[in-house]
Amino acid sequence: MWIYALHRLLYAIPIALGVSVICFALVYLAPGDPVQSLIPADATEEDIAAIKRLYGFDKPLVFQYFDWLGRALTGDLGTSLQTNRPVLEDVTRAFANTLAIALIAVTLAFAVAFTLGTLAAYNVGRPIDRIATSISTVGVSVPNYWMGIVLVIVFAVNLRWLPATGMGATGSENFDWLDWDSLKYAVLPVVTMAMIPLGVVTRSTRSAVADILSQDFVQVLRAKGLSNTRILVHAVKNALPQILAVMGLQLGYLIGGSILIETVFTWPGTGLLMSKAILTRDIPLLQGTILFLALTFVLINLIVDLLQTLVDPRMSRA
Amino acid sequence: MTAPLLDVRGLTVRFHSRRSSATAVDDVSFSLAAGEVLCIIGESGSGKSVTMRALMRLLPERRAEISGRIGLDGNDVLSLGDRALNALRGDTVSMVFQEPMTALDPVFTIGDQIAETVRRHRGASRAEAEARALELLKLVRIPSPERRLRAYPHELSGGLRQRAMIALALSCQPKLLLADEPTTALDATVQIQVLVLLKRLQAEIGMGIVFVTHDLGVAAQIADKVAVMYAGRIVEYGPARDVLLDPRHPYTIGMLSSTVRGQPRDRDIEAIPGSPPDLAALPPGCAFAPRCRFAVDACRAALPPVEEVGPGRSARCARLAAARPAAAAAAPA
Repeated sequence: MWIYALHRLLYAIPIALGVSVICFALVYLAPGDPVQSLIPADATEEDIAAIKRLYGFDKPLVFQYFDWLGRALTGDLGTSLQTNRPVLEDVTRAFANTLAIALIAVTLAFAVAFTLGTLAAYNVGRPIDRIATSISTVGVSVPNYWMGIVLVIVFAVNLRWLPATGMGATGSENFDWLDWDSLKYAVLPVVTMAMIPLGVVTRSTRSAVADILSQDFVQVLRAKGLSNTRILVHAVKNALPQILAVMGLQLGYLIGGSILIETVFTWPGTGLLMSKAILTRDIPLLQGTILFLALTFVLINLIVDLLQTLVDPRMSRA
Repeated sequence: MTAPLLDVRGLTVRFHSRRSSATAVDDVSFSLAAGEVLCIIGESGSGKSVTMRALMRLLPERRAEISGRIGLDGNDVLSLGDRALNALRGDTVSMVFQEPMTALDPVFTIGDQIAETVRRHRGASRAEAEARALELLKLVRIPSPERRLRAYPHELSGGLRQRAMIALALSCQPKLLLADEPTTALDATVQIQVLVLLKRLQAEIGMGIVFVTHDLGVAAQIADKVAVMYAGRIVEYGPARDVLLDPRHPYTIGMLSSTVRGQPRDRDIEAIPGSPPDLAALPPGCAFAPRCRFAVDACRAALPPVEEVGPGRSARCARLAAARPAAAAAAPA
């Protein structure tokens, strides 16, 4: 088990490096010149060259990459071209904001989806199964930005129960989980965010548990005289690696922040930060944000892999 | 004479699907005294496994309709509530399945799976149940049992898994063990080991066994009584010695003469022509008639009644007299 954990950890290093190359290169694949947005229209050739030198844009790409990587490893993701603040500072603040709603959303979505999916698997073809399947289909197929807008119209505009946008009265205050005045701003984004993972996890839990329940050993469990609850424990433990894999991916997507949802609700998280960086061609900010999120994704995958091995001993042999 | 351990009367199992329904087990009756071994013999699809599952009510309740009477150790199995049924399963009656590779839960250790049953039925503590599990692994002769207790099923060979499965079935000292082709999926050498083990355990513990097989050699080894099934019905029933040495039903005769038993190399093995019938469309008369060389119009018109053919012996055939000389010819000299 520990050897396997170490292996996985070592595998994560080349993955992280690959991710960093892609993050760096992606930005250069996009059309346009980052310097253009920084300089006034009447700047001279020398001015442009000076600015390029200042930011290191005059060196070959490979050198730029290693410079960038070297600094990134020490925690320096550069300075934002627009605000001149350290990128790391902006990213961590936005990340904390995204995390605040993403964690509530996944906890809710996973709890409901897991229960619904398991119930549906136990009652294939019965009404509860039909309800669960409908909910998951809606969750997966309704576009979440549209869902967000509809929720705003109903609960903020018509009913006036909840605020429509922002994080706090002035737009972006510190988020406090325990204070309703702060928490109420999170309700609509959380509900919108939870829809997709709710659908996806319900569906995969249903199919994973139903698949396990149809296997031979379940009949042996019944022949042992075990109660339905006890059989459920067996079924869930068997289905768990598969469910964890799906949950890990969904958690990764949510923590990455949804550009669409955060834009609809002007929630100052990583999604909004990234869209700002793209629109203003703020390359260091964009690279830094993508790198930070991609590494978080790698980390989540690593954790999911290790959890799967804990649950299913056959995994560590693969 | 005391009441038999297992008494099955007119057991019938019908499977319903949206389009059709099929009678997998039709009016099956047999009984078993404590400590006796009954072998149910038949080819695939003859209803032997379904009979076994019906005895424990393991068939899917929404699709399988079970009727008749199953008396087990003073309980009327078919009228028990879920709770009482679960108390019986794994305790008074337990089952060993055909496929050891898929019968154990892959994510729990062997020890946990055995201990779970002990704790369920005996209310034992974790430590007591584990001690019992170790004892059972020793009983079924699994080498280095302490290590195997913590092993997962995928870490054991097929033979060892089947031994573990037997240990699991024996964990609460059942009065009746249902063994559904427990040796079929194993290598020939392992098959014999498992068979010898079962026979020895049966003698030691004194439990009754219903043993399903399609292998007549296995039946001859272990059985006190034999029931031959064809298309969901018992066609011949009686003491193992009598039935195997002096078969009366044309199907049993055909089956016995189609086993390889030191025939000269140049003589063909007599196979039964044709193949088993479709259970959803059984003929009105004897189901074996289309393949039977003694069949007459009466066989095809109506189901022949069960006839006593000796002490504790019966056969369901209208042409017993005609089949008799052939049986004598087929019997080993």
